[in-house]
Amino acid sequence: MSSIPGPAAVKDEVLYLPDTTQVVKEIIETYPPKIGRKRAKHIRVNDPDAIPEIEANVRTVPGLITQRGCCYAGCKGVVLGPIKDIVHIVHGPIGCSYYAWNTRRNLASKDHTKANYIQYAFSTDLQEDEIIFGGEKKLRAAIQEAYELFHPKAIAVFSTCPVGLIGDDVHAVARQAKAELGINIFGFSCEGYKGVSQSAGHHIANNGLFKNVVGIEELTVKPTNPFRINILGEYNIGGDAWEIKRILDRCGIDLICTFSGDVVYEDIAHSHTANLNLVMCYRSINYMADMMEKKFGIPWIKISFIGADSTTKTLRKIAKYFDDPTLTARVEAVIADELAVLQPVRDEIYSRNKGKVALNFVGGSRAHHYQDLFADMGMRTVCAGYEFAHRDDYEGSRVIPTIKIDADSRNIEEIEVDADPVRFNPRKTPEQLAALAEDGLVTNEYKGMMSEMAKGTLVVDDISHYEMEKLIEFYKPDVFCSGIKDKFVVEKMGVPTKQLHSYDYGGPYAGYRGAANFYKDIDMMIHSSVRRFLRPPWEQKPQLRAGFAVRTDQKKKG
Amino acid sequence: MLDQTPIQIMERSSLKINPAKTCQPIGAMYAALGVHGCLPHSHGSQGCCAYHRSHLTRHFKEPVMASTSSFTEGSSVFGGAANLQQAINTIFTVYDPDVIAVHTTCLSEVIGDDVPNIIAKAQSEGHIPAGKRVFHANTPSFVGSHITGFSNMCKSMVTYFAESSGVTGEHINIMPGFVNPTDMVAIKAIAAEMGVKTVMFPDTSGVLDTPMTGKHEFYPVGGATVEMIKSAGDAKHTLALGAFASEDAATALDEKCSVPCDVLDLPIGISATDRFIHTLADVSGASVPKSLNLKRGRLIDLMNDMHKYVHGLKVAVFGDPDHVTSLVEFLLDLNMQPVHVVTGTPGNRFDRKMKELVGEALPNANYKQPGDLFLLHQWIKNEPVDLLIGNTYGKYIARAEDVPFVRFGFPILDRIGHQFKPDVGYEGAINLLETILNAVMDRQDRDASDEELELVM
Repeated sequence: MSSIPGPAAVKDEVLYLPDTTQVVKEIIETYPPKIGRKRAKHIRVNDPDAIPEIEANVRTVPGLITQRGCCYAGCKGVVLGPIKDIVHIVHGPIGCSYYAWNTRRNLASKDHTKANYIQYAFSTDLQEDEIIFGGEKKLRAAIQEAYELFHPKAIAVFSTCPVGLIGDDVHAVARQAKAELGINIFGFSCEGYKGVSQSAGHHIANNGLFKNVVGIEELTVKPTNPFRINILGEYNIGGDAWEIKRILDRCGIDLICTFSGDVVYEDIAHSHTANLNLVMCYRSINYMADMMEKKFGIPWIKISFIGADSTTKTLRKIAKYFDDPTLTARVEAVIADELAVLQPVRDEIYSRNKGKVALNFVGGSRAHHYQDLFADMGMRTVCAGYEFAHRDDYEGSRVIPTIKIDADSRNIEEIEVDADPVRFNPRKTPEQLAALAEDGLVTNEYKGMMSEMAKGTLVVDDISHYEMEKLIEFYKPDVFCSGIKDKFVVEKMGVPTKQLHSYDYGGPYAGYRGAANFYKDIDMMIHSSVRRFLRPPWEQKPQLRAGFAVRTDQKKKG
Repeated sequence: MLDQTPIQIMERSSLKINPAKTCQPIGAMYAALGVHGCLPHSHGSQGCCAYHRSHLTRHFKEPVMASTSSFTEGSSVFGGAANLQQAINTIFTVYDPDVIAVHTTCLSEVIGDDVPNIIAKAQSEGHIPAGKRVFHANTPSFVGSHITGFSNMCKSMVTYFAESSGVTGEHINIMPGFVNPTDMVAIKAIAAEMGVKTVMFPDTSGVLDTPMTGKHEFYPVGGATVEMIKSAGDAKHTLALGAFASEDAATALDEKCSVPCDVLDLPIGISATDRFIHTLADVSGASVPKSLNLKRGRLIDLMNDMHKYVHGLKVAVFGDPDHVTSLVEFLLDLNMQPVHVVTGTPGNRFDRKMKELVGEALPNANYKQPGDLFLLHQWIKNEPVDLLIGNTYGKYIARAEDVPFVRFGFPILDRIGHQFKPDVGYEGAINLLETILNAVMDRQDRDASDEELELVM
């Protein structure tokens, strides 16, 4: 085995972190004063032992160039869209459906027994007349046409901005169509203007899925394997869920449902039969974890399969939870086997990249998770932030009771969930959960990103374009992680970028094989030759043959 | 692949499946990037701006800078005036553009925000620094398509900036349509080769085709300056390329400054390029130089030499109307058979044009506006084709039906080439024909038996 230190060792190393006081001051002072004061609350120098309060999940200042998208993007684009055998009808003008068509890389396997609509975009393509006179009739007709064409198991309807304003009742239309057609049809009021980012859409999607799909079908065959889990907040970008499933299969753990990468309707309908929920992307799906815990008694643990060491940790958490010696032994064997394959790749890449610096600005969980992958490679994330997170994503779920509910959040429904009178079945007793917590496995809690970032690192919420450019100039990172809108800006600056939404059309990056993919991709970017050519040679050594040119000239004259 | 698409065609009145268009604001954003020092601003929810920037970025592989009014539920109820006011102030303070080009979205249109009024208020309250400009276009997403949005933003450039000084200049305005920067370069080069002074707007060359230097230029060197657009009011003539994208702006300029205009097809393929050059010569008084005859000759030479590989092939085409109609004409000039043609952009003019082009030559050809790719796929299932031409979304159909595929138009998300190789002019036609030939000939090679694999083709 290699003697290379793991991420814990890397994280504990004292590293040189530049003083950010001046650069932060310059950023704040560039803004109009009121905006400067606002933005200052979103920028914090981290201390994992005394985590500072950071402003998050509040409105972006109009005019500031932001990474953020809208509520619809979070609901349809992120959470619901990946469910492959639902016909997702976007009710609105054409753009919203068009832009969310196949652009998010939530891959879905071909299954000849199930329909797969991932390559399709459905829209009511609202026109001016419908905006004036109402679009319910057209929506009803569109549902009918979808039914006649495809006979799907379920149809989901998504409201876009104008739909909310003109007052179409998508829920009533859905209910009526459901009664008439006899298939499950449900609507989402996820108009783009709701909330302050994609995050509101995640919540709305969680609520709708929970109310309309989770637990609505029972298994026909009683499962024999007790190690039954769901993974919440895993969208199978670049095939991540497939790699995770491969590892879980090896361990003998049954993956019932991922929310919602490469799943079918039925998987979600049966998801209440799992015995443990693993939460990957806490931001987009924590609501579901809580609701399933309350209704069905399924505990959740925050985990991550991003990074080899994280994957190992996650597998051990699952084994600890189920507390079965055979499972534990099998999990340990799989870990040893997978690490043995990965280690040579990791060793080689570690040696070339140790000490290099990354900046992560993405998502509501990825900015955290990917720090572990960089740590695997000996790299450090010195500055990070989320695009649409809440305070708990930064500071940990312990702060939830102290989060102020503002006007933008108040409009997003919080579902009151009671224990199911028949199906509530606490998988662990309170005593067992307490014992697990005692042993280091805390259920129903997320510690947040800041607890795992070094003292002196900089955390910036909802980073503006201006701040991004300033911080890149300041840190001169070896790699910058965000999304497509930033990518070519940063590349122009001579800094390699990795899109952590789309993986630059690569992946998977989850699990052990995914980790190897990521190490290689980052290593390739950092060590690409192309940036050597940025300055033309004549600008580096302009006088290369000046003398020779003069002599030729003189010769001619002579 | 696309396994759920049945061969039987069912009439649909309400459900659009796999669209061949997107919404107005992205076109407006693209047009605004063709103004020098301009920051496009999306007056609506954040998602619109994020989606448009993302999509343009995926097509150009370039930074696409734009800002948003970041509407919340409150702004949707009370109106977005405060958001736009604050945005204007913030943008000039932080990002310092010369010009802000505001376009609306379905949200701000439904609310009924009076954008000119809001801009005037920003002006009177001193939020617009001296010498800086804010202009706007109404671009409701529930009307037309991205091409309509492009057209509306171009028209706004005219209504806001073009002025007539009373003295007519020598220059010719060219409104290039929703084409790539490299096409704009090629069109300007043709005019320069003829010795014609031109003003082109919008002009995204030098904006969305920038070099990598180690520095991000927030406002790159390219784009038509406001002064140039102003001078369009004094031009001798306007050539509007592509009726859907450019006619409204040209007409508005004629009305405002009495600059006469000709609306031409996009100069894609030999016939449309001939008409463009001929008209440009006519209206400018310039003669066509031998160098252009030479290029034209090379194109004809290629068409002649490789004719047998394309003659008679059945083609399915989809895309934006100005692109599609010019391409269809070129395919007919190559004796190919464009049997299925779809544009997502609504407009009866498309039907008239298609009838004119294929009515006699291919009386059974299918064409539709506004159609979608689901319908196009069903047509192909019913009458198979030898070649599919369209934007990247066509790759699913091409794979499902195992048809050679040529990428053309907007957006191309999965290949490079459109950033560097124009489709317009004679050289563009050579590029296009080369791409078509390669696709067709690669297929011949792929399908040939070992014995039949030709060394020389």
